[in-house]
Amino acid sequence: MERSGAIRLVSRRRRKVRQECYNLLVFFLVAVFFLPVLWIIITAMRPEVEVNARPPVYIPSRLSLETFASLLGAGHTEKSIPFYSYLRNSLLASIFSTFLALTVGTLAGYSFSRFRFRGADQTFIGMMLARSIPGISISLPLFVLFARTGLLDRVYGLILVYTAMTIPFTTWLMQGFFKDIPATLDEAAQIDGCSRWQAFIRIDLPLTLPGLAASGIFAFLTAWNEFQIASVITRTPASKTFPVGLFDFTQEFTIDWRGMCAMSVIMLVPAIVFVLLTQKQLIKGLTFGAIK
Amino acid sequence: MALDTHFKSRKDIKKSSKHDRYLSWFMIIPALAVVVVLIVVPMIYSFSLSLTNMNLLKPATTQYIGFRNYMRLFHDDIFWRAFWNTVIFMTVAVNVEFILGLFIAQLMFKVTRGQGVIRTAIMAPMMFAPVLVGFQFKWFFNDQVGLVNNLLYSLTGQYQIIPWLIYYPMNLFAILLGEIWMSTPFMVIVFLAGLVSLPTEPFEAAAVDGASGWLQFRYITLPLIGPFIYIAMVIRSLDLGRAYDLVRIMTGGGPANRSEMIWTYTYRLAITNNKFGMGTAMSFITVAVSFAFVIYLFKQLAKSRQEVY
Repeated sequence: MERSGAIRLVSRRRRKVRQECYNLLVFFLVAVFFLPVLWIIITAMRPEVEVNARPPVYIPSRLSLETFASLLGAGHTEKSIPFYSYLRNSLLASIFSTFLALTVGTLAGYSFSRFRFRGADQTFIGMMLARSIPGISISLPLFVLFARTGLLDRVYGLILVYTAMTIPFTTWLMQGFFKDIPATLDEAAQIDGCSRWQAFIRIDLPLTLPGLAASGIFAFLTAWNEFQIASVITRTPASKTFPVGLFDFTQEFTIDWRGMCAMSVIMLVPAIVFVLLTQKQLIKGLTFGAIK
Repeated sequence: MALDTHFKSRKDIKKSSKHDRYLSWFMIIPALAVVVVLIVVPMIYSFSLSLTNMNLLKPATTQYIGFRNYMRLFHDDIFWRAFWNTVIFMTVAVNVEFILGLFIAQLMFKVTRGQGVIRTAIMAPMMFAPVLVGFQFKWFFNDQVGLVNNLLYSLTGQYQIIPWLIYYPMNLFAILLGEIWMSTPFMVIVFLAGLVSLPTEPFEAAAVDGASGWLQFRYITLPLIGPFIYIAMVIRSLDLGRAYDLVRIMTGGGPANRSEMIWTYTYRLAITNNKFGMGTAMSFITVAVSFAFVIYLFKQLAKSRQEVY
């Protein structure tokens, strides 16, 4: 009796050890995906001689924020990257296009989820196909058209394009979120005297706030990280965004890896903050239709 | 795409009032208008340009030349190299990302401690701009100062300069690694959400019946997370062209067009070589390839669904 209890205890402990080893193994596997992030941060903060040292230096001898300082213009170096222009353009293009795409996409998403009308499926698929056109293909005609209408090298141009690019996906996400809300809710509201429109504004919209947050982050990140179109239709600091601005660190034969890593870290900040804040909503938003 | 609403029959369509019908279009038209004005109209215009010999340096000499640009591309060796590179690259990338994503999700699902931490850690690549991934991997695979060669040096003690980004197909492999690093975590996150949502009873029953881990995975997990696979593939297929950023930065399609892809070739023709007419023709082939790939993905998906169920 006592003996078998001891054996059970041992085997349970062994299973526990095995599980812990497994946990550790998976942890290291996942670390592979995370390491480049750490590497960028370390590179941005280490002394310049270590960046391209041979033999390689893995552990930095000291860390400092001077690269960030010189990028932000607080240092006393000669670096002339128009950081604040890029920041302004990136923020303007991303925030305004996100706002517009959310407004327009939410309306469309509601309509697709609640009304059954002729041509709905075709319209929807058409919009999704438009989204799958590679950016480089759209950028060519836009280059000529924007040159003619004076939108070339302007932030408004970027805002317009990014709005169009993010609308289909926003619509798709939002119609999924609206479908999760029982239609009987708006029917009840309509019986109580609301019009369709009022039911939409007062009942459905507040209920999809988490969905709006998730869609908004997707739209924001798409615009924030977009490169293909921006690389063709932006030319000067008047409209260049961060992804295009990264090229300022490249010269003909050398690349200033440290400076580039510093700007990369700054570029990552909004993304990381947003994603961390809304992780749960994001995952739910991505997988809405499947959980039922 | 699944757009089944709660109205099922034709009778319901008639039932919806005239007011609703107007409202439904009123709500869609702004979205549709923006997409049409900024994507569809430019693409139509682009098609008309693709039938000309437009050169950005000499816009005055633009002439209508019919489908000659397309014919010339079909007889162009570099075009076919770019085409096959793209096909191989995308096929390998999507398949590896899918399998690896499923594998890692399954591994992570069984972790008992620190789930939240590893889930957050694996989301890191999702926040990276593809350009950023491009620059980082270009640096990792740099022959002189890159992390990969440095690690090889530390492991073997011999300094070998392996020019990863110069020789084909090593450069394609390097780009592929970047692409897989960038896109797999998204699959993991979606599949993990799927695994978490699964009921536990079928697995318990299968375990009682003595089904092995693989059998459980094949006959319970896989069919049940089908909808999640569908969603992951839909979203993934919208962003196929994202790999352009990586290729453009890591090799630029070179050296000597060895790692050329349809996207970089479009850019090279239209912007670098100023042959805008030819470039727009190329861009339409690019669109056709993207659509074909989307359709292929959905066909495969439908087939695998039939097999599984």
